[in-house]
Amino acid sequence: MPVMNMIQALNSGMDVLLERDEDVVAFGEDAGYFGGVFKTTDGLQAKYGADRVFDTPINEAAIAAMAIGMAARGLKPIAEIQFADYIFPAIDQIVSEMSRIRYRSAGQFTSGCVVRTPWGGGIRGGQTHSMSPEAFFTHVPGVQVVVPSNPYDAKGLLIASLESGDPVIFFEPKRIYNGPFDGVPDKPLSSWAKHPKGEVPDGHYTVPLGKADIVREGEACTVVTYGTLVHVAEAAAEASGIDAEIIDLRTLVPYDIETIAKSVNKTGRVVVAHEAPRTSGFGAELAAQIQEECFYALEAPVFRLTGWDTPYPHAHEWAYFPTRDRFARAMKTVTEAA
Amino acid sequence: MAARKSTSRSKATKPKSSVSKDQLLDWYRDMLLIRRFEEKAGQLYGMGLIAGFCHLYIGQEAVVVGVQGALEEGDQVITGYRDHGHMLATGMEADGVMAELTGRAGGYSKGKGGSMHMFSRDKQFFGGHGIVGAQVPIGAGLAFADKYKENGKISATYFGDGAANQGQVYETFNMAKLWDLPVLFIIENNQYAMGTSVQRASSETHLYKRGISFGIPGEEVDGMDVVAVYEAAKKAADHARAGKGPYILEMKTYRYRGHSMSDPAKYRTRDEVNSYRDTKDPIELAKAKILDAGWADEDTLKGFDKEAKTIAAASADFAQDSPEPDPSELWTDVLVEG
Repeated sequence: MPVMNMIQALNSGMDVLLERDEDVVAFGEDAGYFGGVFKTTDGLQAKYGADRVFDTPINEAAIAAMAIGMAARGLKPIAEIQFADYIFPAIDQIVSEMSRIRYRSAGQFTSGCVVRTPWGGGIRGGQTHSMSPEAFFTHVPGVQVVVPSNPYDAKGLLIASLESGDPVIFFEPKRIYNGPFDGVPDKPLSSWAKHPKGEVPDGHYTVPLGKADIVREGEACTVVTYGTLVHVAEAAAEASGIDAEIIDLRTLVPYDIETIAKSVNKTGRVVVAHEAPRTSGFGAELAAQIQEECFYALEAPVFRLTGWDTPYPHAHEWAYFPTRDRFARAMKTVTEAA
Repeated sequence: MAARKSTSRSKATKPKSSVSKDQLLDWYRDMLLIRRFEEKAGQLYGMGLIAGFCHLYIGQEAVVVGVQGALEEGDQVITGYRDHGHMLATGMEADGVMAELTGRAGGYSKGKGGSMHMFSRDKQFFGGHGIVGAQVPIGAGLAFADKYKENGKISATYFGDGAANQGQVYETFNMAKLWDLPVLFIIENNQYAMGTSVQRASSETHLYKRGISFGIPGEEVDGMDVVAVYEAAKKAADHARAGKGPYILEMKTYRYRGHSMSDPAKYRTRDEVNSYRDTKDPIELAKAKILDAGWADEDTLKGFDKEAKTIAAASADFAQDSPEPDPSELWTDVLVEG
């Protein structure tokens, strides 16, 4: 089976979608001729033509809005926002229009599309190239939110997203585009070639939305996370020897509370983790739902391991980012709580 | 009549009227229906049967009726929130529109949208958008799909003088001309963005010039004269349909009522309103043309008025008799079912 990094897997996913359906178009800033700032759309314009894979001006609001109009008229757009930090000009369109076309037309029109965007930190990008703005979107009924953590899932989730018929904000953890990251800042980059999920079939397949993946089974505590931190959590379990059960959410809306509850009811101890700031982060939703579902099984307070309530820092990146060592301390805290 | 104002360098000459008896009579009836429908909606609002916001189109009828006369089957219409006239002009049933205003199951969006947010797949009417200016890039997205599908259809994208100052509009102008999308940008300049006059909000008050730096032709049109509107829209529609790209039409018009039902409109004088009602009323202007040409007599026109009142009254009955939507509808059409 071919080995791909996440960029190649996403490229392959778009290739499959473009190949199968002429109504699929892909566009964004530098997405056409240049092939994308991270090369995710590389070669697709040459293969499918500039009518189907094309560059846009630097207009995030209109990029999102064009996708809505195209989708309402029957196309299947894959729009790229160059960095998740740039998505805010498009929030008006995503929140007020994209998410609600189905509802307010009582199902007559939909705006099924995928808005792909590189997301998250760990690349020394500073305030405007490192953010994890997922919680802004998980609060919007009518959009689905997806965060893959490896090449196999990235391709399968991307295809499932466009085929879902509803809008998806698809956050791509850019720190792990080229290889998994264990949360130890100074170590050399690892490669997807050494990871089982680096094996990616060439053709069409899907990874269903709304289904979490248990990436490590364990008894001592549960870790619920997504994106880059899935790998950091695995490294922390290994380094600390704590027998954690690690759940990769993969989809934040809708999220797989069944899998979470089953695990927490077994372990009684849970760390929820994300890179985004703590207050009103997605971890707050998870903590609230876990206490509703598992209150009498909990042996310790739900631990929120997150970025801090600061702008994403430059020099202090590794003090902000939930590193392997912070993860291990969090797991230790919940497992040792009386 | 003042000289035609246009950004085109070629000498603008008023084309010979190509309007037929049937066209003008149809438009007269369409304008009357909108007027009587809106008067009835105002009554229902006063009786507490329509809740929330309700923006009446009275005074502006010639704009949407004249433009619609230049559109073809399968062309699309999208607008902001002063939208009841657009719905009726596209042929949507008065019953379904009024029932949406009263929030009933028989409304076009099953009561999920209300006055500002309803759609019709059958009539290619894409809303009904309550965020000022947000519909403009979506309208260009619709046009993109038409160009992509090479189906010869165009998108009539309406917005007001207030929306003309939104940043998204200029993102859209750039993309629309860059890709020569078949879209008409119809600016309904009724001279007040809620309570703020164009003079108090716009550095360049000639809104038809707003496309100059994008290379989009623009023209000022007497929006109280349905024939002038039709002729301008026909020319613009031919331009867009011929693959020459977008066209801006600034319709100089006037709304007689307040911004919404709750606005006493104290930011303008009674004399100003009366001067429009008495000398520029679009329905009276059309009536004079019909009588001048001898295309109908007073009695026939009175018959049309009676017909419009009957339809409006019937729609009010329908809207009161239609059942409240089932409580379960709260949850449907958020995302695709099952």
